[in-house]
Amino acid sequence: MENEIIRLQNIAVSFDGERVLDDLSLSIRDGEFVTLLGPSGCGKTTTLRIIGGFVTPDAGDVFFDGKRVNDLPAHKRRVNTIFQRYALFPHLNVYENVAFGMRVQKKKNAEIRQTVERMLELVNLKGFEKRGVGTLSGGQQQRVAIARALANNPSVLLLDEPLSALDLKLRKDMQGELKNIQKSLGITFLYVTHDQEEALSLSDTIVVMDGGRIQQIGSPQDIYNEPENAFVADFIGESNILDGIMHEDYLVEFFGRRFKCLDAGFGPREPVDVVIRPEDIDIVEPEKGHLTGTVTSVTFKGVHYETIVDFKGFKWMIQTTDFHGEGSVIGIVLNPEDIHIMKKSAYSGQFGDYSSYSEEFDEMADPDIDLTQEDGGGEEE
Amino acid sequence: MKKLSKIYNALIFIFLYAPILVLIVFSFNDSKSRVVWQGFTTRWYGELFQDKVIMESLLTTLEVAVLSALFATIIGTLAAVGIYSMNRKLRKTMLAVNNIPMVNPEIVTGVSLMLVFVFVFRATGMLQMGFGTLLLSHITFNIPYVVLQVMPKLRQMDRHMYEAALDLGCSPRRAFFRVVLPEILPGVVTGALMAFTLSLDDFVISLFTSGSTAQTLSVTIYAMTKKRVSPKINALSTLLFGAVLLLLIIVNLRQMRDMKKQKKHG
Repeated sequence: MENEIIRLQNIAVSFDGERVLDDLSLSIRDGEFVTLLGPSGCGKTTTLRIIGGFVTPDAGDVFFDGKRVNDLPAHKRRVNTIFQRYALFPHLNVYENVAFGMRVQKKKNAEIRQTVERMLELVNLKGFEKRGVGTLSGGQQQRVAIARALANNPSVLLLDEPLSALDLKLRKDMQGELKNIQKSLGITFLYVTHDQEEALSLSDTIVVMDGGRIQQIGSPQDIYNEPENAFVADFIGESNILDGIMHEDYLVEFFGRRFKCLDAGFGPREPVDVVIRPEDIDIVEPEKGHLTGTVTSVTFKGVHYETIVDFKGFKWMIQTTDFHGEGSVIGIVLNPEDIHIMKKSAYSGQFGDYSSYSEEFDEMADPDIDLTQEDGGGEEE
Repeated sequence: MKKLSKIYNALIFIFLYAPILVLIVFSFNDSKSRVVWQGFTTRWYGELFQDKVIMESLLTTLEVAVLSALFATIIGTLAAVGIYSMNRKLRKTMLAVNNIPMVNPEIVTGVSLMLVFVFVFRATGMLQMGFGTLLLSHITFNIPYVVLQVMPKLRQMDRHMYEAALDLGCSPRRAFFRVVLPEILPGVVTGALMAFTLSLDDFVISLFTSGSTAQTLSVTIYAMTKKRVSPKINALSTLLFGAVLLLLIIVNLRQMRDMKKQKKHG
């Protein structure tokens, strides 16, 4: 591939006999903002650590600029990492933290001072040179970590959930700043997160991972509009996923009714997964609708109402600005562009039904929400 | 009830410290008698510093304490780093193994070390009982205490800090000296102080491993009590007690300060 900077080929890793990455191949172009997105335990951090040189793969190869670097130790790689908890050096002040990499390389003092000043300006921390890192807030520490990594002039910056320890408002601000830094310096960012919104708003390319495998690679628009399978459809945004049968190109049947769609290339009468995004559904009078259902719950979300509607025992989520109270009967209209068809996969049937939906449950089931660090050995992820 | 517990407390302290108090008081007694007080003097302290045997063993004691603390600190710190980077199961095992010498009766440690030295001497002609064997045995019993002091410091350290140093271009050795060592230094220093104190304090193991050429203060005191009883022993013991007490206070203060610091950082 043209101007490819990093390539992973058939990477496999196991920790204590447990497969963490399974035959993973990935190519990253120079100057791209690439995000590895997936739930915790999907192998995204391990992938990052392989590129950083902190994990040696059991099988497969890592290439930088076409050269195999499997055996190159971390301190000789042209990449720098921003760690989840910053990993600043507490015995050094802000200036010396940022200067650390250059001191190791024995750069001249004048050059170091110039670079440190430039970096601190870049991350809006001018005047903090003499401060101890222990006296800084989380957001400021994060900025020091960014300045410290960038001061080494890396060709690739690896970011391991860099914003996960910040509160929501600060996280949004930092997202913007990170994107600006990436654009202005033109270096490659490889970003790990479990936050789909973050991934959608920052990335040029998103790599969706689960179970140690890549599920889909594509632009944020591709990933959102054309999910590859039920896992991707469910993980990125909200999705109603239904069983359907493809009768011919551009014609799909579900709920005993045939709908026109924009997808083609499936076998005759092939069973498929049908994805309908909650914001694409138009609500109409019951008699005018393609389907009719009963509203079972309504939650006000500010911009819209999140309405759960029962269609013949299958519950859909519909996001609408109009209020329809619990118990009211509504009809819906589906246009061809609202319907997306996916091939059946191992994930079929696991996602996309809102029968048991509750947000609290979602949060309980998400181990990333509580980020309290566990003491002890073993590898992360 | 409250009064009763106060009395109880006082009794405990009297039982614990009365012997030492008597020792200290009589080290200033202007008589050879250990029963009758005949006035204040510092004569015994003066004589103490004139006594060649005592001064020699004081020198030996200090040499052994400094050297054994130094070596035990280096070996113990490296061991702690090694154990820390093991996987959980192996680490637990190693720490258990590390703890055994500390609870092992001193006399068992002393006798077994002596047996090893005698065996090695018989087999190879090296390691004759003397300063060398004394130093080796002190290093041996000090190492576990250093490991125990350094380990919590490693645990408190951000696990990614070492990796961050590598990431910024440090070789593993350099990363250790520039980033890991400054972080764990308080534990290393406390460990060294503790090793020094324990070495000063030791009698049983020294008795079995010192031979006749190099004797520590405690061994000398023991030998003196067997011949004739001199108030010099009181003076010497008082000084030894004072030195160890001072060191223990320093170690404890350091640990307390550390705990406060940790609380502050949440």
